[in-house]
Amino acid sequence: MLDWMKIAGIRSSEITDRAVFEQRRRLIRASLATGVGGVIGAGASAAYGKALPMPVESSEWTTDEELTSKDTATSYNNFYELGTDKGDPKRNADRLTTDPWSVVVEGECSKPGTLTLEDILAPHAVEERIYRMRCVEAWSMVIPWNGFALADLLKRFEPTGKAKYVAFETVVQDSMPGISRPVLDWPYREGLRMDEAMHPLAFMSIGIYGDELPNQNGAPLRLVVPWKYGYKSIKSIVKIRFQEERPETSWNLSAPNEYGFFSNVNPDVSHPRWPQSKERRLSGDAGGFAALFQPKIDTRFMNGYADEVASLYDGMDLSKNH
Amino acid sequence: MRQRSGGGDDVAGRMTGQAVPGESPAAAGGVTSSRRPFGNALADALARLLQRAIALGDAFARGRALKPLVFVSSLLPLAWLVYLLFTGGLGANPIESLTDRTGELGLRLLLLSLMVTPLRFAIHRTWPLKLRRMLGLFAFFYVVLHVAVWSLLDQRLNLYDMWADLMERPYILAGFIGFAILLPLAATSTRRIARRMKMRWFALHRLVYIGAAAAVVHFVWLTRGDQIEPFVYLAILVGLYLIRFARMLKTA
Repeated sequence: MLDWMKIAGIRSSEITDRAVFEQRRRLIRASLATGVGGVIGAGASAAYGKALPMPVESSEWTTDEELTSKDTATSYNNFYELGTDKGDPKRNADRLTTDPWSVVVEGECSKPGTLTLEDILAPHAVEERIYRMRCVEAWSMVIPWNGFALADLLKRFEPTGKAKYVAFETVVQDSMPGISRPVLDWPYREGLRMDEAMHPLAFMSIGIYGDELPNQNGAPLRLVVPWKYGYKSIKSIVKIRFQEERPETSWNLSAPNEYGFFSNVNPDVSHPRWPQSKERRLSGDAGGFAALFQPKIDTRFMNGYADEVASLYDGMDLSKNH
Repeated sequence: MRQRSGGGDDVAGRMTGQAVPGESPAAAGGVTSSRRPFGNALADALARLLQRAIALGDAFARGRALKPLVFVSSLLPLAWLVYLLFTGGLGANPIESLTDRTGELGLRLLLLSLMVTPLRFAIHRTWPLKLRRMLGLFAFFYVVLHVAVWSLLDQRLNLYDMWADLMERPYILAGFIGFAILLPLAATSTRRIARRMKMRWFALHRLVYIGAAAAVVHFVWLTRGDQIEPFVYLAILVGLYLIRFARMLKTA
């Protein structure tokens, strides 16, 4: 294990085996070679497989746990704007239009504005990060995200000293079947404290498995905050706002006794409807008869990223600030 | 004047077994033949068709084919679940899917079994009673599957976790109470035992109303606040309670 890895806080267990690393690079190059179809955001692409039209670098942020298959990761989703069944977002993927796409950046920053997707993506090199994703419903996946550090994006807008939090909003489109019912108070809103947003682990994703994000996974760009429950990883972002007050978040608005602001993965803090000490890991092509006999795995504090992020919460009572 | 017991406005009469004159009161002057109670050929034909269908259904229900039909129908959902399981139709999280679906089936059959007695009085027939025990036992069957999937596949008989769940999550406690109530009901469902227990059997089986309430509360508590389905079951349960209560008042 190299010295710089120790300084960066990477555990040796998390270093991707070299052979696997090389194989992944070969897979990514292969997927780029086939069908470099379309500019990013071209058309409502419900069919995944549109390779990212730029090179993807591997990053140090990877886990070597078994990946969830792309099929599973793109067919078992919570995206209530497209329906509340797990299979609905994929079924109704064509009800989300991702082209044209613009993101409004406003609030306590020196360089607010409205950017097209191309503007957002232009200066950033795309890297791959294999993160664990833990849903509050006590299931989890391991997904190879493609994108760039959220901090790198936010720095471009020069948030001022008054920016204590950053708020995000998901798109609302009339074509979406789920918005007619007030399942949540639309638009879907989420937020992070500034230090959480600027942490190197916080990731802005534009693709998975070397391909563009499918609509059901929150195309064309979404957050991935791996040490928090999955609902913090807001999808299909259209607004970023730097603000002084703590942002409202949709799930907290809908059930404040169930969902707090921080939503850090914590096996010791129970949810009224799910125990959080264990989770069902959906690996490979999850499902089928064999899946009936898989045991649950223990949930790790901060989803296993405690070494990297626990210091953000020094001195906080995590059962009160959940 | 021909008196026929056919005709639209006579259907209700026949169902209650009372004879009603076949006159249409809407007729202007004199006697109108009951062959045209709606004064409209199409409506009249449909009414006669409906009447014939009801008669056929009634004859079938009184026969010996009703119970086997309901038996097979109650097993079809299980066959469907097995099919879904082996074709990946249960999704990426089949344990959760199975738990949800078996629970839903158990609850639906339980509520159906509670609708038998009100139905019997509403249509003035006794054949619904043939189904009450079968529906109740099938409800119990799916509830057993539901509890088995949860305790064996989901919790893997980790008694520590299961106990913690029971204590920390009231909806699981409600579910267990429902199951605990259905257990003795299923165990004492045979005719022989009923004969031996006599009046105590009726007292015991009245507990099914509490069991059904526990099951509905279990479902209401475990679902997300915005979903309607549990409240539909709640409404049905309250309706059944009201009917039972009304009946109790009438016979008091």
